[in-house]
Amino acid sequence: MSTALDSRLVGFARALRGHGVVVGTSEVVDAGAAAHVLGLDDRERLREGLAAAFLRRAGQRQVFDDLYDVWFPAALGDRSGITADAPPATIQDRRHRAAELRDDLARALALGDERALDDLAARVVAELGALANAATTGSFSAQQALDTLAPQTAIAGALARMQDAAEDAPGGSGDGSGGSGGTGSGAGGAPSGNSFASRFTRDEVRSEVAAFRRRVEAETRRRNAEARGAERISRYAVRAPADRTPFLLAGPAELDELRGAIQPLSRKLATRLAARRRRASRGSIDIRRTLRRSLSTGGVPIRPALQHASPHRPDLVILCDLSTSVAGFSRFTILLVQALAAQFRRVRILGFVNRVDDLTDEVLGAAPGSDLSNAFDDLSRMTRWHRNSDYGAVFADVVEHHLDVIGHRTAVLILGDARSNHTDPQFDMLREITSRARHVSWLNPEPARMWGSSDSVALRYAEIVDMHECANVAQLREFVSRLLPV
Amino acid sequence: MSTSAPPAPATPRFGTVDEVRERLAVTGYLASDAIATTAFLADQLGKPLLVEGPAGVGKTELAKAVAAATGAKLIRLQCYEGVDEARALYEWNHAKQLLRITAEKDASDGWDALRDNIFSDEFLLPRPLLAAIRSDEPVVLLIDELDKADVEIEGLLLEILGDFQVTVPELGTITATHQPFVVLTSNATRELSEALRRRCLFLHIDYPSAELEQRIVTLRAPGLDDALVASVVRLVQRLRELRLRKAPSVSETVDWARTLIALGATQDNDLSADLVRDNLGVLLKHQDDIERAAVALDLPAPA
Repeated sequence: MSTALDSRLVGFARALRGHGVVVGTSEVVDAGAAAHVLGLDDRERLREGLAAAFLRRAGQRQVFDDLYDVWFPAALGDRSGITADAPPATIQDRRHRAAELRDDLARALALGDERALDDLAARVVAELGALANAATTGSFSAQQALDTLAPQTAIAGALARMQDAAEDAPGGSGDGSGGSGGTGSGAGGAPSGNSFASRFTRDEVRSEVAAFRRRVEAETRRRNAEARGAERISRYAVRAPADRTPFLLAGPAELDELRGAIQPLSRKLATRLAARRRRASRGSIDIRRTLRRSLSTGGVPIRPALQHASPHRPDLVILCDLSTSVAGFSRFTILLVQALAAQFRRVRILGFVNRVDDLTDEVLGAAPGSDLSNAFDDLSRMTRWHRNSDYGAVFADVVEHHLDVIGHRTAVLILGDARSNHTDPQFDMLREITSRARHVSWLNPEPARMWGSSDSVALRYAEIVDMHECANVAQLREFVSRLLPV
Repeated sequence: MSTSAPPAPATPRFGTVDEVRERLAVTGYLASDAIATTAFLADQLGKPLLVEGPAGVGKTELAKAVAAATGAKLIRLQCYEGVDEARALYEWNHAKQLLRITAEKDASDGWDALRDNIFSDEFLLPRPLLAAIRSDEPVVLLIDELDKADVEIEGLLLEILGDFQVTVPELGTITATHQPFVVLTSNATRELSEALRRRCLFLHIDYPSAELEQRIVTLRAPGLDDALVASVVRLVQRLRELRLRKAPSVSETVDWARTLIALGATQDNDLSADLVRDNLGVLLKHQDDIERAAVALDLPAPA
């Protein structure tokens, strides 16, 4: 096996580690063996082979693909077979060129021609993405290319073309899918004006355009990696995987990914909370195990083995901060709460800003999977006099009005940043809650180094309850699997 | 390469990636490039294959297809909550052992012989994992829905997956004569441990591309017009982009295509809105999903 490939794989593994994908030596060895067996002829197969060796879960695939394009580029320099003209010099030229490319894009979209789209992405980057000082640094910008091209404006053109093609074709909705040679990804089918499937042609073209944007971004990364070295590009030009995205900064796209990640975690959290005294000696006699034990006493069943008692489901009380300072986090909170609610028999959800409101009915009443992200924008029932969070007042409120929901079997989960706006933190009230509950955990979306700074009373609260930093899915997974006491 | 890795099987089952794809296709399993490549690697490197993905994309089918394509016996361990060593690995036949003890009570050769005797092969009940290791013929071992089993079972699997051997305290270590092709499937309802993941090649099977799905439907539900199959697949692909509780899977697409055949739509070349509305229940299994899809697809209200 060539040493150049080895060092390439090691560098690639290091880049993956830098993005939070755990890659050990044995994975690199496997990847080397995979590359050896597969050979380097087929780039996509090598990609799948390395993915099988390096990756351990599906959420890491995005970052893997991005890095793969950087470390194992499709080509060097301009692609052969694609005639990219020199970048336009004047602004008028640019606009003109962009219009031409947009036209080509519309045509490629209408035909659903994957290859043409690929070629076009390369041309767009070469012609529109080249930065002004390209001569010295050879850099390209996907942002600039996409801003100039505005690919979303090609959607209407593509649709019009498809319409025309359908009208020209004899027999209307006939054998359209044959036209694109089967290369289409669905958008290449026969989009006749009145057939049922044409209802979603527009949506299909829209997702094709989104895919085209990703192609342009990947191409840009490839060109830049060549100019500045794969190591540098992979450090800052590749998006962090979903499980490292801080909740506070998560956009709508990330929230969708979070939703997928949280569902299994919440089930696990529920199991962990329930898994107490599973091996309690109660229940009826387990014949098989008793018989087996009896062998050591010559077949006389002296020590009966008992069946395991089924794990009980504890009560759960969730106390979550929904104030605007933790807006991103509270969206995550709602996702988590929604997922948890399905796992527990008795769950109470108390939302607060500076006053506690029982949200159980809203969360449980909503259809599973529905989006509650905006359901609690109206904070009027959770605020009093002002709109800033006040943890002390909230704990006092819980002790005064909701203490009856917390019993010796209750696990309490507090979600919030412990920034109390310099109000009285009322530690005694939190102690009161802690003493009644079986277990209290606090998840704080702020990094631990920020705790105690300014108006944060996190460190003081952390003396009373278990407080854990929980800024992304990776940390939530850590909390669920290791830190949560059983 | 690594010295700790188990030796690859003396005769790999497949020669090239294309051969994997072709031989799987003969058994009726149309593999994507990713699936064929990873299955090929799992065979070549002699590593277990951990398959994850949504329900109904053909994780279990892959193991069955590999077994059929290589002419190997399929041994299946279906995991469930509470599956234990005695159900997965081996068990001593207590009743038979007791009988033996009673029968030999008055025998002359004494306790020592008897003790050696009752922990012998005769009294061992092999369960799927041991059966796969001891098998004289090539096998494909399918460990299905591993995420449903308890964490303890994973520990049990480590020795088997890493070295293809089983240690029975009374008998010693049993090493596989034919290295089995191991497929583990998981629906990711629980995180599998890192130690287990590390020993496997990982394959995430996602919903297939429109083109592949079209070929699958044509193969599994022959008799439909090509244009109609294209429409069906496009509809399903569109539904997957909606945020549904349970997105329709390949198996649902095939079911739906068969429904259309049963309804006598073989000669049609397009769907009608009424037809879609009346049969959406084949694709979507939750009432609120059906309602959401009806709105998104602009379906007419039921008559």
